[in-house]
Amino acid sequence: MKKILLSAPIIFFLLTLGFLYRGLENDPKHLPSALIGKNIPTFELRTLDAENVLTQEQLLGQPFLLNVWATWCYACRIEHPMLVELSKRGVKIIGLNYKDQESLAGDWLDDKGDPYIFSIFDPDGKLGFDLGVYGAPETYLVDAYGIIMHKRVGVLDERIWQNEFKDKYYALENAIK
Amino acid sequence: MRYLLLFLISLLISVLNAEQLITFSDDAYLKRYQNLLEELRCPKCQNQNLADSNAPISNDLKEEIQRLLEQGLDDKDIKRALTERYSDFILYDPKFNKNTYFLWLAPFIVLLIGFWWVYSMSTKNYISQSKDRDLEK
Repeated sequence: MKKILLSAPIIFFLLTLGFLYRGLENDPKHLPSALIGKNIPTFELRTLDAENVLTQEQLLGQPFLLNVWATWCYACRIEHPMLVELSKRGVKIIGLNYKDQESLAGDWLDDKGDPYIFSIFDPDGKLGFDLGVYGAPETYLVDAYGIIMHKRVGVLDERIWQNEFKDKYYALENAIK
Repeated sequence: MRYLLLFLISLLISVLNAEQLITFSDDAYLKRYQNLLEELRCPKCQNQNLADSNAPISNDLKEEIQRLLEQGLDDKDIKRALTERYSDFILYDPKFNKNTYFLWLAPFIVLLIGFWWVYSMSTKNYISQSKDRDLEK
């Protein structure tokens, strides 16, 4: 008993050390995603270069990636080739053009290629706010029923696709077949 | 004299520009608005609240808070609307829930362990000392 008592401070110290060490690996910039497991928010917005108004209902039926982008967002420029590559592999991507100008967004897609089935045009950031967007680019994995399964803030690259999205995406795609 | 006049005019302009740009239909909203900005954290910059932050996302959230205030929501509902989208991260005063209970309780647990430890040590010492005294006799 005495031994335990004497070593208690050391044990306590080691526990604290372990706890703090784990804290070092945590990313303080990481926001826990409030919308995982929830439906995509309702919206009524039109798509880029089209007049028809779109609602969340029209997104359902198949799993897809929802990618938040804008021409003012530098990291989106870096991310874009990866999205084009994914669309070539047959991955369904829907864009959310966030707080942008329509003409600039159109030029961007003409110039760099359009990986999106379509892009929802959200100049006021209304849907962006409802999604809790805080830093473009952001990518969401949404299932065929409109439930958000995963979220990634920052550039989607090959490594993140492989590690975080690929298996989940194909599992969802197989599930509806 | 002319320069002095110019100086005074420019001073006046700068003062006018520094005026509070946010206006509410009711003055009570302004006070609540300022309190909310103090308590809510900028999602993009961990160590600033919305009041301090000039990040575009903070300005968006400020506008949104203004809109919600004008809609007549109370502070609790506004905070809920924001945490539903941006998670508890944005609260500088986190609620007690399954994610934060350790944060709230840990100091008390540590304190209790400390008391227990000091208490045990002191009684042990007392016993061993009295044993020593017994041996001396």
